[in-house]
Amino acid sequence: MPFYVSPEQIMRDKADYARSRIARGRSCVALQYAGGILMVAPNPSTALHKISELYDRIAFAAGGRYNEYEALRKAGVTYADVTGYQFDRRDVTARALANWYAQTLGGIFTDSTKPYEVEIVVAEVGVKPDDDQIYRITFDGSVSDEPGFVAFGGQADQVAAALKERFHDDMTLTEALGAALEALAAPPAQGSGSGSGSGSAAGNGAQATELNAAHLEVAILDRARAHRTFRRLRGPRLEELLAESRAASAASAASAEAPEPASDAPAAQAAEATPPASDEPPTGPPSASGDGIPKP
Amino acid sequence: MSGHFDGGLGQAGAFMTARIPSFTHFLATHAPDLLPASLAGQLPAGGGDLIKDLPHATTIVAAACERGVVLAGDRRATAGNVISKRDVEKVFRSDEFSAMAIAGVASIGLEFARLFQVELEHYEKMEGRSLSLEGKANRLAKMVRDNLAPAMQGLAVIPLFAGYDEETGVGRIFSYDVAGGPWEEHRFHSIGSGSVFAKSSLKKLYSDDMPMTDAVLACVQALYDAADDDSATGGPDLPRKIFPVVTTITDDGYRRLPDPESEEYSDQVVQSRMRSPDGPRAPLRTGS
Repeated sequence: MPFYVSPEQIMRDKADYARSRIARGRSCVALQYAGGILMVAPNPSTALHKISELYDRIAFAAGGRYNEYEALRKAGVTYADVTGYQFDRRDVTARALANWYAQTLGGIFTDSTKPYEVEIVVAEVGVKPDDDQIYRITFDGSVSDEPGFVAFGGQADQVAAALKERFHDDMTLTEALGAALEALAAPPAQGSGSGSGSGSAAGNGAQATELNAAHLEVAILDRARAHRTFRRLRGPRLEELLAESRAASAASAASAEAPEPASDAPAAQAAEATPPASDEPPTGPPSASGDGIPKP
Repeated sequence: MSGHFDGGLGQAGAFMTARIPSFTHFLATHAPDLLPASLAGQLPAGGGDLIKDLPHATTIVAAACERGVVLAGDRRATAGNVISKRDVEKVFRSDEFSAMAIAGVASIGLEFARLFQVELEHYEKMEGRSLSLEGKANRLAKMVRDNLAPAMQGLAVIPLFAGYDEETGVGRIFSYDVAGGPWEEHRFHSIGSGSVFAKSSLKKLYSDDMPMTDAVLACVQALYDAADDDSATGGPDLPRKIFPVVTTITDDGYRRLPDPESEEYSDQVVQSRMRSPDGPRAPLRTGS
């Protein structure tokens, strides 16, 4: 390198880069319900997954750059399989996987010129709801334990805030899916929050469009199942659940107001095509030096 | 590549290298000591007696039936002339639509079954789809062949693989020898020390497109016949309530018959043998 650049500057640049790239994507959520853990991601592809199985009771969900989180997913599957084969299937835990991801992402963030543009969630379903675990790992290797629910990728702050209002313990699957969809479709928090960036409207506006079964990737870790608990919900089963949850939320919204910002949609599509113009980090995970948890 | 399981980026490097989605391939590259075949060349000469006295798993039968296939095994493990275990399990679920059973050195077989299970699941998770039934059978062949050197020194184990082919909708059976395979078997097959008797028995009892319940009964009869003539095969143990392990793989997936259900079949066979000790009689002349 021809010029001296301070380590602070390098780290800040890397973090800003990763954060702004991640904020351009779409948010995903993972949340607990009575029967297990539900994960929802807006994803038009049926073949390129954002949510996958890692092990018997553990799932992986990611937002950001596909090739990067796909490499991490495969590495996680291998890590889990080697551990489970060497010891016992019960000895593969979400905590160990989250730590492994944190080490790996932290190493990549420090050592390579370009950090990974990913945010990862590792969720494990326990025998009882109290044993459920959800970990979120950000691009710099920060890891946080998220009780109950987590939003990640894209405009995670706003989605998490919206999800917090709707989340409560012991939800049914239908309720949880309803809460997740409402949170994902939450309108951009205009003027509120930690910062104002041009990327804010781009990421979130895109989600304000109606999410239907064809554009959703939904999977659960089913507490009641033996052996492998991961199940994808798709096709007729998903349509049915969506219809149920819409009916339920329409009934509850009849008394309250019905937030349906359909007018945002055309502008959002235009905005989605163009990346954020400024180098200023858009609203996203608040700070790399912090714990990486959105503070709703 | 030592120390790649103890943290740091060396470990991440091993896990994150792009590679073919095979678990055994990963172990062979990065941790060969974890494979059963790692015994090759490490066994000292003259361990023959020791190996002979290891528990050996014995008779396995398989029969294709309507909508699937039945795979069953007796419960005895023998070490030389001693019965070392009465309740050993030799039939294992491989994945949702296949199962494998083992004959030979039981401990190696157990490790095989575990490894094969991880192998299939690993591919499924990595690629987002299951292997084809042939793919599974071929993969098992490679694993058997990798064990050739230990097998030559006495640690031989032979699997019998059965699965439901989702593409064609039929149950299929694959057999192996110590050098690999797979050999596809049609209708029915048997391996292990009592296989000669079991196969002869099945030959007389089997008919094409049997209903599954009939195929299960035929397999239990065949195991009884094997136990009748082979000292290393165990029959139904009524006093101890130990019955053959019977599994079915159909379009509904893998299912191991619960003990009470297996007991019913065994009871039926034992009761009929009270009246006719040699079992059902096949007609001497075929009709028409």
